[in-house]
Amino acid sequence: MGRLTAHLHRRAPWRRLEVLFWLAILAMIFALPSRAGIINEALIAGLFALSLDLILGLTGIVSLGHAAFFGLGAYAAAILASKGFADPMLGLAFGAAVAAVVGLVTAPLLLRGGDLTRLMVTLGVSLMLGELANRNGWLTGGADGLNFSMAPLLGLFPIGFTGQRNAALYSFAVLFILFAIARRLAHSPFGLALAAIRENRLRAGALGVDTSRRIIAIYTVAAAYAGAAGALLAQTTQIVSLDLFDFHRSADVMLMLIIGGAGYLYGGLIGAAAFIVLRDVISAATPEYWEFWIGLALVILVLAGRERIAAAPRRLIALVAPRDPRRGAA
Amino acid sequence: MSAPALEARGLMRHFGALIATDDVSFAIPPGARQALIGPNGAGKTTLINLLTGVITPTAGQVWLAGRDVTHLKPSARVRMGLSRTFQINQLFPDLTPAESLGLAISERNGSGADFWRAAGSRPAIVTEIAELLARFGLEADMDQPTRKLAYGKQRLLEVALALATRPRVLLLDEPAAGVPEEERRDILAALAALPSDVAILLIEHDMDLVFNFADRISVLVAGRLLTEGAPEAIAADERVRAVYLGEDAHG
Repeated sequence: MGRLTAHLHRRAPWRRLEVLFWLAILAMIFALPSRAGIINEALIAGLFALSLDLILGLTGIVSLGHAAFFGLGAYAAAILASKGFADPMLGLAFGAAVAAVVGLVTAPLLLRGGDLTRLMVTLGVSLMLGELANRNGWLTGGADGLNFSMAPLLGLFPIGFTGQRNAALYSFAVLFILFAIARRLAHSPFGLALAAIRENRLRAGALGVDTSRRIIAIYTVAAAYAGAAGALLAQTTQIVSLDLFDFHRSADVMLMLIIGGAGYLYGGLIGAAAFIVLRDVISAATPEYWEFWIGLALVILVLAGRERIAAAPRRLIALVAPRDPRRGAA
Repeated sequence: MSAPALEARGLMRHFGALIATDDVSFAIPPGARQALIGPNGAGKTTLINLLTGVITPTAGQVWLAGRDVTHLKPSARVRMGLSRTFQINQLFPDLTPAESLGLAISERNGSGADFWRAAGSRPAIVTEIAELLARFGLEADMDQPTRKLAYGKQRLLEVALALATRPRVLLLDEPAAGVPEEERRDILAALAALPSDVAILLIEHDMDLVFNFADRISVLVAGRLLTEGAPEAIAADERVRAVYLGEDAHG
């Protein structure tokens, strides 16, 4: 019984490494004030990738149009601010809510067909929303986008260009809270059902899991997360433009998640950070050429498999030092 | 008299011009041990899929404990007490047996949508998982990913999962298919120990198993029920012999 409870509980407690991970980010925001802008960008991209992980990694639902919700959240927050409701928290909630509603409405489209169907449906929805934003310039500013200004966070901390560290701290707080919720959800019976849907949808249904309802529920949550990420980007840059809906954003976020590893929640954060740092470093050295290296990394990762790459150093060590001295001593 | 645990009323299923299920009617009383036999291609799997709701019938109805469930989703039928195993393992390769069983139990008792409580934090569920693991001899493997289990253990998990839904009717689709001889005993013992109040419909090719297990046998041929009766009567039935001998002659 004790062993069984321990086994079922094994993922629920926070590990020391996780605590260190979050503290390290926080320390970085304070230690590198000149880099607060890029840290903020990585945190927002991480939240976006986390939202994709909820559907792709946890539930096995592919999407090539996740930018739809990112763009929706950004525009919702921007429009609200441009109408004079400039409180960041309000805009964040509004952006997430608008994205969630559209997620809820479009989720039933994902219930039929296979992965290819879902890729096309999600792509189609994002194209439609992007075009709607383009055509309704009276609301969205059309091709010119929207400029607006935000009120200080909690009425105290400006989060624009004059407050980049505040912006990064704001994004950090939102990311951490949403991550903690996602983590809790992933280790609950609900999360177990999502894993079952990913592993074998037929059997999940045969055990009484209402697979359609669960997929709609998690897709709605993921849409809200993506909307929150979009709202954060809009609020901390105080500009939105149509490229938020672009296909490349949907592709990039999938890249980040695959690079970092899908299904364990940290993959999106790590992948997003790697992606953005790599882009920053390589594009400083060879502008316009950095995607070559990202592409190469992706091909190697997918073909060789993450486990094998991760195991390679261990194998190398095993070759050089065949016996672990600590075990040898015991 | 209580309603049959499971009842088919004039079930028909066409696939284009092919009639896979042709006016099948039967009733299984609570606690029955019934077997469904028939040569390959007789439509056994189609019939299971009709009963469980994976496919919808062209005509006819499925009744479960006195309720018409013809238009209910598979998951809704499971929650009403109709469960099944699969001829080809349908498991969750990356989940462990303990997690898989926990999932089935949570869904049954209504805590499956609970997204805030950690899995394994309800003692009643943990106790039930432990009981099922013990009953099916899966304790040693309970924390291994299912894909690492021996085939015979996976077959046992198939049955354990179906049982975790606490069915009133259990459809067993060739539970012993492909199980090596030495692990076969475990499966047979598990089947013999199934709760006596659960009505069981066993779909099986293995005649030894069928005649050991069932007290009633239905014979399905070309989508139609050829006959139904006690094992001795079926064994003596010339038409049934002809069907199986005929199949042998072709094989």
